[in-house]
Formats: sequence, structure tokens, C-alpha cells
Amino acid sequence: MSPVVKKKGEKFTLPSKYLLFILTILCVVLMILTFTTSALSTPLSYIAGTVVIPFEEGIAKLGGYLNEKTEMLQEIQALITENEALKEQVAELTNENIALQQERFELTNLRQLYELDAEYREYDKVGARIIAKDSGNWYNTFVINKGLDDGIAENMNVIAGAGLVGRVTSVGKNWAKVTTIINDNVSVSGMVLSTSDNIIVTGNLEMYADGLIEFSKLVDDENEVVAGDKIVTSNISDYYLPGILIGYISAINTDSNNLTKSGSVTPAVDFTHLEEVLVILEQKTIIKP
Amino acid sequence: MKKKLMTGVYIITIFLCFLLQSTVFKRLEFAGISPNLLMITTTSIGLMKGEKRGLTAGFFSGLLIDIFSGSVIGFYALIYMYLGYIVGKFSQIFYPEDIKLPLALITLNNLSYGMICYIFMFLLRGRFDFAYYFLHIILPETVYTIIISIFLYPYMLFIYKKLNVDENRSDIDFV
Repeated sequence: MSPVVKKKGEKFTLPSKYLLFILTILCVVLMILTFTTSALSTPLSYIAGTVVIPFEEGIAKLGGYLNEKTEMLQEIQALITENEALKEQVAELTNENIALQQERFELTNLRQLYELDAEYREYDKVGARIIAKDSGNWYNTFVINKGLDDGIAENMNVIAGAGLVGRVTSVGKNWAKVTTIINDNVSVSGMVLSTSDNIIVTGNLEMYADGLIEFSKLVDDENEVVAGDKIVTSNISDYYLPGILIGYISAINTDSNNLTKSGSVTPAVDFTHLEEVLVILEQKTIIKP
Repeated sequence: MKKKLMTGVYIITIFLCFLLQSTVFKRLEFAGISPNLLMITTTSIGLMKGEKRGLTAGFFSGLLIDIFSGSVIGFYALIYMYLGYIVGKFSQIFYPEDIKLPLALITLNNLSYGMICYIFMFLLRGRFDFAYYFLHIILPETVYTIIISIFLYPYMLFIYKKLNVDENRSDIDFV
């Protein structure tokens, strides 16, 4: 007897294998849709946003509060010892300060050169709190508590402190999902600040265990780029505004092709302890061919 | 009536587990690894209630993950759904007193989930160091999940015992 035949007086039920089949097709269609259009994300994220986000926000607030209290208790003892060490440091730093003031001249010159200073401050930014993180362990994305209502749109850049965190990849009414630059499948077009060489900075799950991400495609025949050099986002990036600090080079190796170099970058942002971020409300203008 | 109540309780449980997984347990990470609560609920529901409930629970758990952390909608939904469905096959030999089978299945499911994630999201992009990903992501996640499931599974069992209506038992002949 066929399993779908409806018997008299018996409630119609769909056998599980048919349901599985239907849902499989639905999933495949959804996947194809997300690859080809962005029409899908709006209704789904709207529904999910109104149901899930208020709860997540509440938990995040409570968690933050508890965290603060426990940290406060732990820190009192640490502060006493730290205070003594700090006093010593003050003396050291006073000396260093004099040296630094000289270097500041140089820095101001450099900044004017790249117009970094001005550009950074001109961007309109909005602060947001991280309310949930990626529920798996493979990728590094998070959800913030600001969305369309606060003027956030897809592809806006997200920074924390002075460094680049990532960009907004999907947005709902009152929330937005941020994909970080340490995500394994994310690449950012970067630039070595000292020499203006373009490089590709790629997230790497394996290297991030040591707090590093990788860079590649550096063409540097004169060996001018050294460890410690600043890396900023480049002008030719599709999504990222130019001149945002990504991190510092920590190691360089010559590739086996002897033409390019690759290595590792220490990100400027501490991704494990990220609580609040800034979203730059300006978007990179992309010229569509 | 009881059936509806049970569905409601399961929906709330999945919802709560998702919230906990993406907020509270992200603060309780060990070495950057957090447990997979939704895998515990999906496996338990599949095992206790059969294929259909298992695959539905898996589908909705996966969809939640897809919307809030995945990059492609439907990917996790597909994985969770199939794992829930396969586990449902074991519902015929499910006995509430037995804790070994559910724990074994949760372990197995979590390992296969990790493998599938590795193959589709990393191997296909040319990340070949399987040993690293296995030892640093898949295995720790499974161990952590098992530890959590020792606490979460009795709760799922409690729901089952309180609210179960024997839908299919009469159809099965115990020889």
C-alpha cells in the first residue's frame, strides 16, 4: 500500500521521507537564492530579528553586568601590585615621552601625507554593542544591536578602537550581522603603509590560534617591508574604505615562486574581547561595470 | 492537546538553546570552543520522537543558525535536518532508561557535523590540514558538547516522560 493513501477516518499525515525530500529541495532553493539574489534575506531576517533580538540583547546586557562585577572583585588585588609597577613605569615613560615628542613631528608629517587623520575623523560613526556571536566554532561573525533603523546598511565597515573589525554582511530592522576580517573565508585588500605596496590580507582559522592572520601577494624586491610595518586598507578595496588600520606585520617569508612574499599579520583589534564596535555610516562607492 | 503542548515545549527549548549557544556559552568558551546545544536537542528529539520530529527540529535549528551566523541560508538547515532524520531511525530501539545510546548518537552526530562543515567550508577551499581542524575544532567541540549533554539530556528526557503521547507505539509489534 502506498504510504500517502488517505484512509477513511484517519488524519492525513505526510510520511517523513517525503517531508525530508521537500525540505531538502527547499534548502537547496534557499541556498541558490542566497547565492544569486539578496531578496531572501530581508523577510527572513525581519521575522527572526523581531523574535530573537530582544532576548539576545537582554542576555548580553545581563552578561555584561555580571562580567563587570566579577572583574571588579578580581581586579582589586591586581590593582595594588599594578600600582607599584606603574609608579616605576611613570619614571621610565617620562624619559620615553621626550623621545616620542620628537617622533611626533615625523608622525604628523606622515599623516598629512596619507590624509589619514582627517579621513578617519570625518566618517560618521555609530556605536553598537555585540549581542551574539557565531553559534558554531568554524567562523567568526557576530550580531550587533543596531540595524536599518539606525541607518546601517550592508557592506558598511566596522571598526573598534583604531582597527578594522570587518563589514556588515546582512542587516535586519534592529540588528546586523558583522563578518570579521579574521573569518577564514574573508580577504581584504590591504596596503603596507610605509611603502604603499598592495597586499591581500586573509583570515586564517589555523593561524588565529596564535592571534595572527595571513597576508600574501606582497611584491617587494628591495626588501623594504619589515616586520612591524603597519598595514591599512587599500584604495582599491571593493568594500573597505581606504586607510583603516588592519594590523602590523609580524613575519615575512618569500614564497616559493621567488616573486612574491607572504607572512602573518597581528590584527590591531583584540577580537576575543570585543564588546562594542563602531560602524562607519559611509560606504565605499563601487562602480559597477 | 498534549501533542500541541509538547511541540510548544520543544520549540521553546530549541529557541532557548540557540540563545544560550550564541550568548552565554560564548562567554564560557574553553580555548575558543563552545558547545553545540542545538545538536543535543536535535539528536534527542529525533531519537525520542522519530524521524519526522527529528528532521523538523533539525531544520528549524539549522535555519536559526543560518540566519544569524551562517553565510548561506539553508546550509546548516540541511545538515541538521539530515542528522535529525538519521537519528530518528534509531527511535525504534530507544528506551528512556538507556543513556548510552543517546550519548553515543550525540557524539557521532557532532563528529559528522564537524566533518561535513570541514569538508564543505574548508577542504573545498584548499585547507588541507585535516589533523589540525580535527584536533582543535571538531574534537574539543564534541567533548564539550558531551559534557553539556550530561546535563541537558535528562531535561529532554523529563519533557519526554511528562508529555509523551504514544502515537506510534501501537503500530509496532513487539515480538
